[in-house]
Amino acid sequence: MAFCTGCSLLCDDIEVDFEGAKVKRTLNLCRKGRGHYDSLLVDRLAPAVDGSLVDIDEALSSAAEVLEGREKILLFGWGNSTLAAQKAGIELAKKLGSVIDDPSSYSQGLITEKVLKGELPTCTFDDVRNFADVSIFWGDDPSSSHPRHLSRFSYYPRGEKRQRGYEEDREAIVIDVRKSPTAQIAADGFFKISPGGDADFIEALMAALGGKIPKVEDKKRMLNLGTKLRKAKFGAIFTGLGLAHSLGGDLDAFFSLVGKLNELTRFSVIPTLGDYNTRGFNQTLFDEAGHVNSVSFKDGVDHGPEFGIAKYLDSCDAVMVVGSDPTAVLPAPLAKKLAGMPMVAVGTHRTLTTDGADVTVPIGVAGLEVGGTALRTDGVKVEFDAVVDSDYLPDVEVIERIMEAV
Amino acid sequence: MVSVMEVYQLLPKTNCKKCGLPTCMAFAVELLGKRKAIEDCTPLVEEPKYETKLAGLRELMAPILSADSTETGMVIHTEKCYGCGNCVVACPVNVANDPKGTAIGRGPVSGKAILMVEDGVVKCVNVDQCRRFGDEKVLCNACIVTCPSKAIEFI
Repeated sequence: MAFCTGCSLLCDDIEVDFEGAKVKRTLNLCRKGRGHYDSLLVDRLAPAVDGSLVDIDEALSSAAEVLEGREKILLFGWGNSTLAAQKAGIELAKKLGSVIDDPSSYSQGLITEKVLKGELPTCTFDDVRNFADVSIFWGDDPSSSHPRHLSRFSYYPRGEKRQRGYEEDREAIVIDVRKSPTAQIAADGFFKISPGGDADFIEALMAALGGKIPKVEDKKRMLNLGTKLRKAKFGAIFTGLGLAHSLGGDLDAFFSLVGKLNELTRFSVIPTLGDYNTRGFNQTLFDEAGHVNSVSFKDGVDHGPEFGIAKYLDSCDAVMVVGSDPTAVLPAPLAKKLAGMPMVAVGTHRTLTTDGADVTVPIGVAGLEVGGTALRTDGVKVEFDAVVDSDYLPDVEVIERIMEAV
Repeated sequence: MVSVMEVYQLLPKTNCKKCGLPTCMAFAVELLGKRKAIEDCTPLVEEPKYETKLAGLRELMAPILSADSTETGMVIHTEKCYGCGNCVVACPVNVANDPKGTAIGRGPVSGKAILMVEDGVVKCVNVDQCRRFGDEKVLCNACIVTCPSKAIEFI
């Protein structure tokens, strides 16, 4: 059995035959996971300084030189790093007095933080599989992003109290701006909203839950939905980028809705996070600093949106990106700014970000070439070993060696 | 999905009984069920006036007779499949045959499953266990309705 670190579900029932590092046959691995396994031989990152290939030791000492003596360093990424590397990264941030941040600062960080603080009720995927009778996918399309989400946990499997599976025991509700592949499956449970219409939908649902006639949205459908949710025995809400981006930085309406639902019955929230160990980084930083992202270790611990990548790029003087590709995701002006910075990129594959870096340091792919530990998107710890031989260094060793050199 | 009427429209419609069946409609049913071959309709193959109909019928029947479709008529469009395994977990035969594996959302463990995800896409095995197999078939559609990308169809 092997593990898949292709997304944050960290599937653990994978069977794979290798011929050297080439994948011969896989079982139970989704298409995205298969792509992840096949990528072992495609476009790997090489150690380089200013575009010229060097050996790994030189790349590591050059990486330390880029960071040395800088006042305002940003350490960014960490979603595709093992827990040990994330911990080492936080130590490095403390040593350098730098800012550390991850993509959750512009995605679902607020939701994850509430979950970790215990202010939003949550549960594990196994609870969902065993007990959930209503699964809500809000601004979330796991069929595309996390292909086995519905089949492993949230809709199709039989569970302890859900022996009849999706046919009779479960209901899927999808709230999205388009008829996504997940919405396709939900059929009647699909609620199409206009872009940015989440706040109106929440308002209408709050009214329906309170027994009032909603002023916005389809009144009859909303009242039916309200009744359905009130009658649910164990509900799960899977949040996606759609919800986080639609409500901007103000998710209070959503938090009140979850609060209201929990007054009536039991509803848990599990954010659907992209990178395989985003939850791990959020948890590790939360344990160390009390916040999930955007933390400065300059004078003790400081936190605020000004330390998120979107704002901090204006004032920082060097960046180290670990296991992430922000250049591909950020808006063009920010991506341009990032590409022009003195930058160290640590990663497994060549990306737009590594192309713009002064120093690149390759690492092994976790779960395939190197072992480690990670947190699944619901917070369950998963430990994996290497399944193929490789000369690549584990991410934790790279971070520790940079830490020794600075 | 090809209907009997579509097949019937492309037959001579003379009820000549040369195929051994009483009507062309009966022949269309048998042809669709793969119990008769196109060549069993001798007038259609031999007489030049039916040339266009024959070409049309061969085109219509091509996916049904191709090696891609299983004996149940299932066609998996692998280029559309995500490998999500929804059909594997939802399939009632998999649930009954593999309660410790596919029934609870994991990969098959019993060797009796009829759908499994291999190399990132779904694959049909043990086809004789499918509810759509054989004469007593039930028109089960669990694998079709659970597919987010419409990668499975029956012909």
